[in-house]
Amino acid sequence: MIPLSHYLGLSVILFTIGLLGVVIRRNAIVIFMCIELMLNAVNLSFVAIARSLSSLDGQVIVLLVMTVAAAEAAVGLAIIISIFRTKGTINVDEINLLKW
Amino acid sequence: MEGIIFYIIALVTIVAALRVVMGRNAVHSALWLVLVFFCFGAFYVLLQAEFVAAIQVIVYAGAIMVLFLFVIMLLRVDRPEELPPKHRSQRVVGVLLGIALLIGVGVTVAVDLLPGKSGEKSIEALNTLSGGNTQALAEKLFTDYLLHFEATSALLLAAIVGAVILAKRKEEK
Repeated sequence: MIPLSHYLGLSVILFTIGLLGVVIRRNAIVIFMCIELMLNAVNLSFVAIARSLSSLDGQVIVLLVMTVAAAEAAVGLAIIISIFRTKGTINVDEINLLKW
Repeated sequence: MEGIIFYIIALVTIVAALRVVMGRNAVHSALWLVLVFFCFGAFYVLLQAEFVAAIQVIVYAGAIMVLFLFVIMLLRVDRPEELPPKHRSQRVVGVLLGIALLIGVGVTVAVDLLPGKSGEKSIEALNTLSGGNTQALAEKLFTDYLLHFEATSALLLAAIVGAVILAKRKEEK
C-alpha cells in the first residue's frame, strides 16, 4: 500500500507543472489545458485522502469537480472562439482590451 | 507490486505533464494531456475508486479532450507558436512561484499537518458492503449529496446556454 504522502507529493508536483504552464504559455488553449491539469491534480489528492480516511465523500466531491470542469471547459472554449472572432488571435499577450 | 506500478505511472504522468507545458504545438500538448488523463485513471483504480476511474476516462480523456482538439483545429492554431513571451520576467516569477508552492505543500505533507476523522470501515469494505464502488457512490450521492447533485444539473444547463450564446455568430444588422 502506497503511503498517502506519496500521492500528495505527486499531486503537488502535477499542480505546480500546471501552474507553470498557466504562467509561462501564451496560447489561451494551452493555458486552458494546464488549468484542467491543475484540477486533475487536486482530484487525485481528494481520492487519495478519501482512501486514507476511509470515507467515500472524497470520491463524490471528485465527481462534482468533474462536472464543474466539464461546464468550465465548454464555456471557456466558447469564450476563446468568441475572442478569436473579434481579435483574430488567441495569444494572451495580444488580448489586452482591458489594459489601461 | 502495487508500489512499482505506482512509481512507473507517476514517472510517465510527470513526463507527459511536462510535455504538455513545454510542447510548441497545441495539438501535441493536447495529445500528451490525454496520456496524463489515462494515467490519472490508473491512479484511481489503484486507490479503489473504480467508478471515478471510468468517469475520468470517459469525461476527461474522451469528451473534454475531443472538445479541445475540435477548438484547436477550428481556430487553426495547430501550427507552432513562438515560445519566447513578451515579458521575460514572467517565466522567472513562474518558476519561483512553483518552487514556493512545492516547499509550502511539501512541508505540510512532511510534518503530517492533515487533520481528519477516519471512518470505521475501509474503502474496500464499504465497496463490498454496497455491492461495488458504483453502488456505494450512488448511495452517497443520492442521499447526503442530493442538493449538490441538483445544483450541478442547474450548472450544466447554465453552461450549455452560455456556451451556445457565446459561440453563436453575431447576426448582421
